[in-house]
Amino acid sequence: MALDNDYLNYPLRRYGYDHDRYDWSMLDERAPVTWPGGKRLAVWINVSLQFYPLDQRGVPFKVPNGMTMPYPDLRHFSLRDYGNRVGIYRVLKALEKYGITPTYAINAQLAEQTPYLVKRLQEHGGEFIAHGWNMDHLHYGGQPIEEEAELVARSVDTLRRVTGQTIRGWLSPAKHQSFNTPDLLVKNGIEYCADWVNDELPYAFKTASGALTMMGLSTEIEDQFVMSQNLHSEDAWVAQVKDAFDFLLEESRTAGGRLFALNLHPWLVGQPHRIACLEEVLAHIARHEEVWQAPAGEILDAFKAARASDDKGTR
Amino acid sequence: MKESLGVYDYWAYDQRPKITWPGGAKVAFWVAPNIEYYELDPPQNPSRKPWPHPHPSVPGFSIRDYGNRVGHQRQLRLLDKYGVRGSVSLSTALCEHHPEIIQMCRERDWEFFSHGIYNTRYTYGLSEAQERAMIRDSMETIHRHTGQACAGYLAPALSHSEHTLDLFAEVGEELFGERGGLYTCDLFHDDQPTPVRVRSGKRFISLPYSLEMNDTIVYAVNKVEPRQYATMLKRHFDRLYQEGAESGTVMCIPTHNYQVSCPHRIKAFEEALEYITGHSDVWVATGREIAEYYRAHHFDAALESMQAQAATAPGES
Repeated sequence: MALDNDYLNYPLRRYGYDHDRYDWSMLDERAPVTWPGGKRLAVWINVSLQFYPLDQRGVPFKVPNGMTMPYPDLRHFSLRDYGNRVGIYRVLKALEKYGITPTYAINAQLAEQTPYLVKRLQEHGGEFIAHGWNMDHLHYGGQPIEEEAELVARSVDTLRRVTGQTIRGWLSPAKHQSFNTPDLLVKNGIEYCADWVNDELPYAFKTASGALTMMGLSTEIEDQFVMSQNLHSEDAWVAQVKDAFDFLLEESRTAGGRLFALNLHPWLVGQPHRIACLEEVLAHIARHEEVWQAPAGEILDAFKAARASDDKGTR
Repeated sequence: MKESLGVYDYWAYDQRPKITWPGGAKVAFWVAPNIEYYELDPPQNPSRKPWPHPHPSVPGFSIRDYGNRVGHQRQLRLLDKYGVRGSVSLSTALCEHHPEIIQMCRERDWEFFSHGIYNTRYTYGLSEAQERAMIRDSMETIHRHTGQACAGYLAPALSHSEHTLDLFAEVGEELFGERGGLYTCDLFHDDQPTPVRVRSGKRFISLPYSLEMNDTIVYAVNKVEPRQYATMLKRHFDRLYQEGAESGTVMCIPTHNYQVSCPHRIKAFEEALEYITGHSDVWVATGREIAEYYRAHHFDAALESMQAQAATAPGES
């Protein structure tokens, strides 16, 4: 019994993509970008602050780093909670020491439940971006659109109310989306999204409700991917982050400005045996003159300004 | 189902006829960049899910797209620097989707071989006629866009049927005669080329491609650290180079632009390329070049040796 012949039909085999979300474009073919002050490498340090519910439903899948044991999985629940109680304060000290202004991707439910944490993050300075409701409320294909629309609105509205900030950016839990997610983000006033890791510079993403900018937050060098998914050592993580940074800095000298985006999880990197590794990474970044470190929204603004002045120049 | 596919017989890596490569090289070295297209919303196959989660599987799709948008030109520059012409394992629909990539490779006289239409369309469940049509489509697409007679095959996402190799050799012969359908990368049983039996009787070989050195297997399956990958590649080369002094060996590095070209990994790949191409007596070649040379110079001796080994009876010591 063979498959239906439709399996060998390819209606979207055409120039560009098999979807219409954004245009096909190779990074090297685009005009070079220069960051403010003539800097070469923009650095986005993202701190993800997450709530992993004990009563995890796992719909449509169990999120990485979530509960794995029979209920109540206190070990994973409390180990993740550690990040919001202890790890983040260690991370903040490290960021302060190296003069880093971070971007905080925070689950809205966590922001609502921990006003002290939000206040301390505000005092430290940086930009808040939405990170969904919590780590067990995923956005996924097949999710009823009414359900997802409510989830996006609740997440964004809650974070705006709790922080008093204009929330411009979005990072989906587990970077997972439905086909409707980008459209719902625009409807809720979100300007940029960090989920699609297919580029190293911001690019235009199309939705039914208007333009969204995609600005990917690299997965490959983030702490949890390297140390928790790949189970590499702390030292190996430091080496990989430094190698990535060095490579992008070198490339930026000939190819135009580049963006180095590093995502951190205080429940992981805020452990006593790991925090020195973060400090080593930050020291490596901070000592380079060609670096411009800023929150994600400012990097996006600078990128758009640079592109706008390119357009004027070509007229 | 069969207990064994039966396309090759036992043939020990021992007392084989000596393989010589052009210029007296010890190792024939080739790099096989997999340039792939994964669909965002492919149809389901009863035997294998194209993505682990409900579509769109943004993490998986987007990092593969990164390979084409960002990674490709990084690897291109590196292979240029070390004088390596890639042998592209191609999702042939990429000719339509991203012709700029094809053009860049053509300008460098790279080889293209078939890796199916999409890496999200599997061989599982296809009838023989359907699989033949899919393979034919892929080879015709390569020819239409590059003028090349496709010589090699790596089944899409390494999904096979019992007839995959037969069909590839047959379609290659129909389309291009002796220029097409020469080698498969789907078998991992040897460090030297070996004749493979196909039902048409074509002089067909398996060319060592290597899963062990494949960056996706190394990084995504075995979770190896980047700098360790450089060590593995160098050790792999060292031993094949040493053994190649007695009889020529083949080393392949199969790559993916969404793995090896990432900023935290490309240095490790460069270190290995610099090391390998820095040796004398290394024949830096393409898959087709190695396959054609082997077919012309070593295929018959290999068949004789295989028959002699097969006729060996256990003796008294």
